[in-house]
Amino acid sequence: MSSTFRRPSPLPGFAPTMAYTLVYLLLIVLLPLSSLFLQLGNLTWESFREAVFDARVLASYRLTFGLSAAAALFDLVFGFLVAWTLVRYRFPGRDLLDATIDIPFTLPTAVSGIALTAIWASNGWIGSWLDGFGIRVAYTSWGIFLALAFIGLPFVVRTLQPAIEELDAEQEAAAAGLGAGRFAIFARVLLPALVPAAVTGFALAFARGLGEYGSVVFISGNMPFRTEIVSLLIVTKLEQYDTNGAAAIAVVMLGASFLILLAINLLQQRVRRLLGSEG
Amino acid sequence: MSIEVRNVSKSFGGRKVLDAVDLKVEQGELLALLGPSGSGKTTLLRLIAGMETPDPGSGEILFLGDDVRGRDVRDRQVGFVFQHYALFRHMTVFENVAFGLRVRPRKVRPSKAEIRERVEKLLSMVQLEGFGGRFPAQLSGGQRQRVALARALAIEPRVLLLDEPFGALDAKVRAGLRAWLRRLHSELHITTILVTHDQDEALEVADRVVVMNQARIEQVGTPHEVFHAPATEFVMDFLGTVNVFSGRVHRGEADFGTLRLPCANVPSHTADQVRLYVRPHELDLARDSGRQDGLTATVLRSVPAGSCAKVLLETVDGVALQVDLPFERWHELSPIDGERLEVFPRHVRAFVPDYSI
Repeated sequence: MSSTFRRPSPLPGFAPTMAYTLVYLLLIVLLPLSSLFLQLGNLTWESFREAVFDARVLASYRLTFGLSAAAALFDLVFGFLVAWTLVRYRFPGRDLLDATIDIPFTLPTAVSGIALTAIWASNGWIGSWLDGFGIRVAYTSWGIFLALAFIGLPFVVRTLQPAIEELDAEQEAAAAGLGAGRFAIFARVLLPALVPAAVTGFALAFARGLGEYGSVVFISGNMPFRTEIVSLLIVTKLEQYDTNGAAAIAVVMLGASFLILLAINLLQQRVRRLLGSEG
Repeated sequence: MSIEVRNVSKSFGGRKVLDAVDLKVEQGELLALLGPSGSGKTTLLRLIAGMETPDPGSGEILFLGDDVRGRDVRDRQVGFVFQHYALFRHMTVFENVAFGLRVRPRKVRPSKAEIRERVEKLLSMVQLEGFGGRFPAQLSGGQRQRVALARALAIEPRVLLLDEPFGALDAKVRAGLRAWLRRLHSELHITTILVTHDQDEALEVADRVVVMNQARIEQVGTPHEVFHAPATEFVMDFLGTVNVFSGRVHRGEADFGTLRLPCANVPSHTADQVRLYVRPHELDLARDSGRQDGLTATVLRSVPAGSCAKVLLETVDGVALQVDLPFERWHELSPIDGERLEVFPRHVRAFVPDYSI
């Protein structure tokens, strides 16, 4: 295993660091995951298919992937605005706002779920007002969307912030000198430079949404076929002592999420290679 | 297009970067703004471009006699080239050059075919035919800067402003691009202002050189004028290598301790304490000449490489000297390290000390 995949490097310590990385990955990530796959061994192909392609499960896939993507997109737009405002403008309370962004990171997800429900339920502050117009948020897929958007926002803001800070002021000046108006500069020069960071932020928010449990279960109402997300379904199966079924669904989610993130990462790499490191 | 800067000042946070500067740039000339970093040359360029605004009430900037102070960089029609290129990384070379045409309002925007034709023409002018499909990251520094120049020229600017355009490149590439820029300018005759801290670059490329120091213009003149008739001590010191002596001036004669030399450029009444400047090629060396009008100095080392031989010496007073000799003369004399020789200045300029280096 010497020269073929290990590139010669003047830096010492490849062996210990690589060993540490592998051990860490093995203990913390791969071992729990492999037990998941081992669990699958108890299943026949038939029962696996049954567990995975059950109509109720299929509905929950659609709901989870669809709403995670929608919420991540929403976060992308609003997270961009927030990050832009924080970086480009100086205003009183800016530091406070900056610190507030991280709250969804730190808050126990159950707390955010309950808080959201309290506000948006038909007897809550906003919910009761919306109820007057016949709009219901809590216990519908809108509620799930809201919860996912809430917990995903910091991912987008925190990945875009440094990218916006590092935008090259000279490129803006150059574009202005070439006659570009504010909008053209924004759309043609600044925005494209932020695409890699935006994609990362979106991927993180999306991935977080796929696995989210705590904040969603309170506001979703958990109605089969309508507001039941995959992670909840897995918990439900476990509560019914259907460990094998839960493992089967989990494996499908794992595979799908892995493929999606891999695709995003590869896309990312291509973009970065194209743009190079310096202009 | 002619440009006139009248009595313009600029401060950043209380620090004066430009102090009541006046400058006239003639139609079609290539003018170099030369000075050390912090002298205000880049600020002056950015003021002309419209990327900075002069201090309120300080003066005016005229393009062809029109005051442009109220006009934004977008409307001034200037081509600006940055030291670090500022190319749009996510666009191909072609798209970079086409940018200025693409963002024009629809009414004055050229058609697709016209844009293509003009970009191709510009790319061939900067010797980058066939590079249109590449990204900036795939080009060398010199190539990137040529793309930046083509991009600036695409909008048919009335004036070309170059901010240390070759500053980030290595010496060989710089020299090549310098000569190329001069040729390009003689083809296009576009009014050009070049900011540089490299005296060779300024003297070699420019029609006229503006030497700046500490927010002010020290001298404006042709390369010949600023090099051979420096108006101030700073200009003398900044352009080329110099030997400096402390001395006195009496009745038009510079007093070097033991010898006296005619020195016309300082009135004798100014002060007796002056600094005397001699360029290395304005000194001659001799051994046992029998003349009485020389200085004695010890040879430390000879550097016989380059266009002349450099001889480094030290006078009895401990002043370091550099003498440039033509190679024939150097061979004839063959100075030995450690021997004592006589030094004869041919031309001395005296300046009353008015600044510290």
